[in-house]
Amino acid sequence: MKIDARTRDGVTVLKPKGKITIGVGDVALRQAVHEQLEGGAKHLLIDMSGVTTMDSSGVGELVSTYTTVTNRGGKLKLLHLPPKVNDVLQITQLITVFETYEDEDEAVRSF
Amino acid sequence: MPSDHLHFKLAIDSRFENIELVQVVVNDSLERLGLGEDERHWVDLAVREAVANAIKHGNRGEAGKKVEIDLAVEGDEVVVQVADEGEGFDPGTVNDPRAPENLLRPDGRGLFYMQSFMDRVDYAVRSEGGTVVTLRKQVGGPARNGGPDEAEPPGTTGGERGEGTKR
Repeated sequence: MKIDARTRDGVTVLKPKGKITIGVGDVALRQAVHEQLEGGAKHLLIDMSGVTTMDSSGVGELVSTYTTVTNRGGKLKLLHLPPKVNDVLQITQLITVFETYEDEDEAVRSF
Repeated sequence: MPSDHLHFKLAIDSRFENIELVQVVVNDSLERLGLGEDERHWVDLAVREAVANAIKHGNRGEAGKKVEIDLAVEGDEVVVQVADEGEGFDPGTVNDPRAPENLLRPDGRGLFYMQSFMDRVDYAVRSEGGTVVTLRKQVGGPARNGGPDEAEPPGTTGGERGEGTKR
């Protein structure tokens, strides 16, 4: 899995591409988030448009990231959820936990 | 249903990267059975969860222990069995991941997802040791959107129960 990172108006935008699944994508996401937080990032926006598959481990990693960022006084929000990824979050009611956006400008302004 | 004679067995070492191999074989088989892309996605995800559980919780990541995957067609159902060499598993010990107190837990959703993506999920303890989870999905029947259904809370569709750990 490849994860692009950039900063826009104080918000770190991560864009993973591929599968966020056990043993592969979940580890890559954890490392990318850790790297950004250690580098001083506070607010994270994860652009999910390139995510093709997400299993329960990937979901767990998102939840862990949410908790970590929140505990550090920051916010984690999601952008461009593909329909199948949205379904995975919806059926476990995590869609009520994450703020999600379809427009990056709007998402960045919301922090 | 086309290819109703289709049947394969696969045994893998307990390594997460082997799930990708299982996915390729399962996806190809489901395509030959005529399942559409959406339906294949959800069955594949359920099988992924079952194999990941078998590796992580059943075989506790011991690479030398095997996970066996058996895919067959029974009537109008595709039936996937995933067996491990672990100590058994009680689905009744798994909490509902949608409960407010569990929403922010990083784990405990795998079984719920399997039940949501498939028509039926059963657990049994093998006489030779280990757990076998059986996933069933009707195919080739009335038009279905293939999407996930709202599952019953974990533990409500289990088969025989053994001693085990939470998944």
